[in-house]
Amino acid sequence: MMVDRHPPGHRMGPARKLGGTVPGPIAETLAALLLVATLVSAVVRPWGLPEALIAVPAAGLLLVLGVLPLSQAGTEATSLGPTIGFLAAILVLANLCDRYGLFEAAGTWMASGSRGRPVTLLALVFAVASTVTAVLSLDATVVLLTPVVFATVARLRLRSKPHVYACTHLANSASLLLPVSNLTNLLAFSASGLSFARFGAVMALPWLAAIAVEWLVLRRFFSGELIGRAESIPPRRQPVPVFACVVVGLTLVGFFVTSLVHIAPAFAALGGAVTLGVPALASRRAALRDIGLALEVPFLAFVLALGIVVKAVSVHGLGSLVTHLVPAGTSLGSLLLIAAVAAVLANLINNLPAVLLLLPAASIAGPGAVLAVLIGVNTGPNLTYVGSLATLLWRRVLRQRGEELPVSEFMRLGALTVPPVLVAATVALWISLRAVG
Amino acid sequence: MMPSVRVVIWVVEGTWQGCLDAAGPSLPSGARVALLHVTPSDVTGAAEAASAGLLGRFPGRRASRPFQAVAHQAGAELLAAAAARLGRPDAELLEREGRVELEVIRAVAENVDLLVAARDGDHSRLGPHSLGPTTRFVVDHAPCAVLLVWPDEPPGIESIPPPPPAHLAPPPGHHSPPPPA
Repeated sequence: MMVDRHPPGHRMGPARKLGGTVPGPIAETLAALLLVATLVSAVVRPWGLPEALIAVPAAGLLLVLGVLPLSQAGTEATSLGPTIGFLAAILVLANLCDRYGLFEAAGTWMASGSRGRPVTLLALVFAVASTVTAVLSLDATVVLLTPVVFATVARLRLRSKPHVYACTHLANSASLLLPVSNLTNLLAFSASGLSFARFGAVMALPWLAAIAVEWLVLRRFFSGELIGRAESIPPRRQPVPVFACVVVGLTLVGFFVTSLVHIAPAFAALGGAVTLGVPALASRRAALRDIGLALEVPFLAFVLALGIVVKAVSVHGLGSLVTHLVPAGTSLGSLLLIAAVAAVLANLINNLPAVLLLLPAASIAGPGAVLAVLIGVNTGPNLTYVGSLATLLWRRVLRQRGEELPVSEFMRLGALTVPPVLVAATVALWISLRAVG
Repeated sequence: MMPSVRVVIWVVEGTWQGCLDAAGPSLPSGARVALLHVTPSDVTGAAEAASAGLLGRFPGRRASRPFQAVAHQAGAELLAAAAARLGRPDAELLEREGRVELEVIRAVAENVDLLVAARDGDHSRLGPHSLGPTTRFVVDHAPCAVLLVWPDEPPGIESIPPPPPAHLAPPPGHHSPPPPA
């Protein structure tokens, strides 16, 4: 049983007597600086170095100096371990789906289904991106689906901007539905005490509300780009990968079934990955090395190290500050406030540390508060994607490569979507909590 | 002998067929024609920024810049299709990348007599904003003549809203009078 109903640390409050050899204010500053260094290096990746290269030594330094006691780091690692395993299984599953041609087939289906009409194509992109994000996580949408959508629109000789933005926006705002949809959900799932099925049942309405608002805003915002019509759709026979579709469907069923019989749903993800992986290896569709790379070991180490760094920041003051920001109760006002705080924090730093910081306080306030935090940290990043600091640096990296982040348009679209999505999804959560309980 | 007129036709996804069909008959005879397509750098940038949001995940795919390669290939194919549609296989093909409005101005900055462009924007709402911001910029800054063509059916003159009847325009601060019986 992997569900940890009591995340470590939330009963301890701010730990003033924890300190090791380093005086409080210095420990606090050091932990905060290392958090910033960890995040910045993960985004900018100087000289293409792996993201774990700064994160892991940073966590190690905090432990050696006694800024975070080993026992606390141990409990944090124990609670993160199963989540990281779950994430690894989902990453491999999505990667294998790509190797079976699932995303290419989706592209072909969208092209022929659109009949060359850009608005119909946008509707199909919404349907596919929302489903892929919910079932195979936002990573799959950003990394595997978006390039396929881009190529599909290019092949139809239509303008790609609305469809690309639909993918990038839905990767965030359509990641509310299931624990597997977003790493933030996985982290919160273990803290919320909700079962997989219950999580999905409560979040279905907020998920639909977020998608509906995105549709209304994007459809209007890009009305000038959704013009013209593809004359003839270049025929491209792409067989539907039936086996991969069936395995993904069964994995989805497995998530619900395992949670009903109190087995960790991570095993369903593992089952899906193995069922797809073994024949893929046998038919040389994928080599063992590919699956090893798809595991993203440096990223998994990064998440673990980030958890420890955030824990150190949290016990040295910021945690108690954040606790004050999270109101108790599940009134509509409290939920809206929690979601807003989470969205602001996700934009200030990044959504991963934001959710790690907010979870201990939110899980005391109950599952409703935890889910409101998720609405904030998942939909908020459509303003700055990686947090404002990292975005500034990322722009420089893009410019060096001859690309640019269209900041004004990008921020304008974010400013038009994020507040209404946040409010609509939170109101939907409030209704859902009353209806589903 | 007069030097031949140099024309640049700016082709954009979604409107390119209509643009070429409308512009073809209007081209001066003996004109030297170039077809221009610009791959916008901001779309690929937005897509790549989203993958930065994943922090370290999928590093291998991110390094390969898949978007720009696809965009260049699609741009080249679009230009070839445009030359065929125009029936001018001799047309010069110009594929650029960057901020679209700036690249278009740069392409017509020297020795170009005429730029042909399709009206973009939302044609269902005619008015000051019916021209999209990119075309608006090009129209404002192009250092040559600009031929703006409808990529679809031109609207009829009935699209002009009727002027408000004089007796219905109330002086400020007054309520409209009741309609005549």
